[in-house]
Amino acid sequence: MNPLFSIDLHHFLFVSTILVGAGIATVLTKRNAIGILIGVELVLNAAGVNFVAFNRYAWGGGPPSPLMAIGEPGQPVTPLIDGQMFAIFIIVLAAAEAAVALAIFLNFYNNFSSIDVEKADELRG
Amino acid sequence: MPILAQQTAAEPLAQVAPYLFFAFAGVVCLSAWALVFSQNIVRMAVYLLLTLGGVAGLYFMLNAEFLAAIQLIVYVGGTLILIVFGVMLTSKNPFLQLRVKGWEVLLGVGVGLAIMGLLVFALISTDLSRRSRLVAGGYEHVALIGKALLSAYLVPFEVAAVLLLVVMIGAAFMARKRARQ
Repeated sequence: MNPLFSIDLHHFLFVSTILVGAGIATVLTKRNAIGILIGVELVLNAAGVNFVAFNRYAWGGGPPSPLMAIGEPGQPVTPLIDGQMFAIFIIVLAAAEAAVALAIFLNFYNNFSSIDVEKADELRG
Repeated sequence: MPILAQQTAAEPLAQVAPYLFFAFAGVVCLSAWALVFSQNIVRMAVYLLLTLGGVAGLYFMLNAEFLAAIQLIVYVGGTLILIVFGVMLTSKNPFLQLRVKGWEVLLGVGVGLAIMGLLVFALISTDLSRRSRLVAGGYEHVALIGKALLSAYLVPFEVAAVLLLVVMIGAAFMARKRARQ
């Protein structure tokens, strides 16, 4: 295989870096509260990609994929899946967080007839 | 030391895998940054759909098939629908746009790029190659996840179950219509 095109850990880490940058920029630039929630989802996804990538490459977890010809054949090792477990809990917590956040936004919209976070300044000082 | 097995003729898809990776990574990065610069909330939801789908593809590339399926079912099928419903319930017109000042966009994108640059610097200055340790195994890791959820991860599993119950009741309580006095 062309070594230029062999996918390694840092490729996935680079993708998740771009994803977390986009998520932080989204959180900071949106005035729509749901847009901010979407940015948080991007950051959580970047964390999940990191967990699974480290689980796959740095910790030797996961069986060799039929798509990627890497791994040492003939050595059955029990895969370690702790990174994947963390990613599963991230997904669960993200779903719970989205549900609570949307309930809060609905409440806010019922009270202020707007979803603009700039209007949510009644608790200041 | 990284163990890179020689490519065999029995795995013709291995030739395609890097291109698949770059396709998924391109979808993820482009739609994530398109999300930053889009003003329409419905378009943002569509870009989020593309990003989440691309991340599911990356999970497939990382041999986490179960996680990719969970990502598609829970995120794309659940959380995204929730967000779209939130959009529909919280805007009077479907083309609601909240204008953001130019310098605010500049500042936010600048902070995002700064954090990204910091992480890229940390990434390229860390030697990751020595820790790459690829080992082979069977295709039993879905069963392993099930066993781990009921043994090593039993307490987090139960806590997550209680959390989901609390979230369900709390969200329904907060989002309900107030009774008229």
